[in-house]
Amino acid sequence: MGCAALLDPLAPGARAAVVSGPPLGGGRALALIDGNSFYCSCERVFDPKLARVPVIVLSNNDGCAIARTAEAKALGIKMGDPWFKIRQQCQREGVRVFSSNYTLYGDMSARTNAVYRDFSPAVEIYSIDESFLDLSDVRDRDRVTLARDLRATVRAWTGIPTCVGIGPTKTLAKLANHIAKTIPDMDGVCDLTDPVAYDHWLCRISVAEVWGIGRASLAKLIGLGVDTVADLRDLDPRPVRKAMTVVGERIIYELRGLACLPLELMPAQRKGCAVTRSFSRRITERETLEQAVAAHATRLGEKLRRGGLGTTHVSVFYHTSEHDRGDPMRSVSTTVTLPEATNDTLALIKAAQAGVARTWREAPSERPWRYSKAGVVTTDLKLLEDAPRALIGQLDRQRSAPLMAAMDACNARFGRGAVVPARAGLTEKRTWSTKFEMRTPR
Amino acid sequence: MSPYAVDELILGSTDAVRVPVIGHALCAGFPSPADDFIEGALELPRWLVPNPPATFLMQIRGESMRGAGIHDRDLACIDRSLRAEDGSVVVAVVDGQLSCKRYRIVGNRARLDFDNPDMPAFAVDEYGEVELWGVLRFSIRWHLARGRLS
Repeated sequence: MGCAALLDPLAPGARAAVVSGPPLGGGRALALIDGNSFYCSCERVFDPKLARVPVIVLSNNDGCAIARTAEAKALGIKMGDPWFKIRQQCQREGVRVFSSNYTLYGDMSARTNAVYRDFSPAVEIYSIDESFLDLSDVRDRDRVTLARDLRATVRAWTGIPTCVGIGPTKTLAKLANHIAKTIPDMDGVCDLTDPVAYDHWLCRISVAEVWGIGRASLAKLIGLGVDTVADLRDLDPRPVRKAMTVVGERIIYELRGLACLPLELMPAQRKGCAVTRSFSRRITERETLEQAVAAHATRLGEKLRRGGLGTTHVSVFYHTSEHDRGDPMRSVSTTVTLPEATNDTLALIKAAQAGVARTWREAPSERPWRYSKAGVVTTDLKLLEDAPRALIGQLDRQRSAPLMAAMDACNARFGRGAVVPARAGLTEKRTWSTKFEMRTPR
Repeated sequence: MSPYAVDELILGSTDAVRVPVIGHALCAGFPSPADDFIEGALELPRWLVPNPPATFLMQIRGESMRGAGIHDRDLACIDRSLRAEDGSVVVAVVDGQLSCKRYRIVGNRARLDFDNPDMPAFAVDEYGEVELWGVLRFSIRWHLARGRLS
């Protein structure tokens, strides 16, 4: 399909807001800036020996690789590779391996966003290492200069290397960022609000790189003969809606320069919250599982209280590992209903333990279930002050709120785990707790 | 030097800046044991930290900057947005380590010096490219015998 066909907001089926006027998006410009191999770059800032050597960062519990430098990617280490599979290769090739240090990454993320705010009046923090910036006020021809200045400033002040993609919509900004990152000649900046660049790149980039195109959608699109981003843009949105839902339709409009995704400056209220961890060793005893679940419920309570949120349902799950071939397998999940919305740690623990009590099965001692992971999950969070009170079985909020506030204050002052309900076990004695064997100091 | 005049104090800027202490130690003499670190953050007034995103706190290890009044276990406040000038106390990359040094410009070349009469003047013999990490704005010294930030 041709690339010259620019956007036609009045094309059949165009239902998003119609923008008239000059080139793409009516002068709207969004930038997506993200840190290159962000977690690895954070580690590199403070240890110059890590420059130019392969570095990877492992997920919680040292489970799998979640960040890789270009050197590590070149060795064939993939995103999500389990640590036990790449351990020998890493030792052989001299890869520097780190447990994740979220305190450090969070601090560096806050620093980069502080710099972004000097460059743009509106910044949406999309994830720990990606932010959208509104650059609509910047003149077309100055945008690339500003983006280069931004990159240089972030690099100088925080030490973090970044890439910037600019486009009239979020989807195009994300695509521009991909181009900036993968094409060395771009020098880390790509501006798709420039019609020449837009025409040039859209018919050269694979549709697989478009934000929101998953594996299933990709297969459907290839079936439709779609190969490049330009091919997708030029599809008639209505049949796409049938095949790929409204999400697919929205992507087409966004690729045409019609913004369907606004900049979200206020973080959306959390709808769900989960605390799940793998155990550092397999566990078989009920008491240990109860302790772990209570500790997760404690953490869940902290998270909910920070947002002033409450929940009326607590789901508990625990299961054996899929890697333990030949061992008996068991996976359990159950949901416990509370009389009314709460974020009281003690009530959450009680609910979580009721979930364990309901589902625990004693195994024959010669072939016990060896559980590898447990978690507590809520999916119906609401602002506690808005939640209706129960007529029967009302929880004592008068007493619980000050107690929880005191517990949170102690933990903020003396470190997490200073004051915990006894059911959760003392931090030092938690033999099941997550491993961080290679964490940098923080 | 004139004493501070009252109107030099920036009134109404009571807001504090929270600066975390980075766990990596800053070498000023001998390489640091990596496992020894401090945690936490300091609340500093904004006039001391004009550019928070570029400001880092790290603990000094060693006595090689004694002449600058910087001693073992002091806390260095580093601003990465400052430009180093002749005489600045800087953090530089030396042998793959972040170290605290005196920055000198001799002729048109940059040099890194120790600041300790017991030590040789230059820290680095062959200095082609000096890689600077940041510039020290100030340092904090605990005078209590057992005083330790924790």
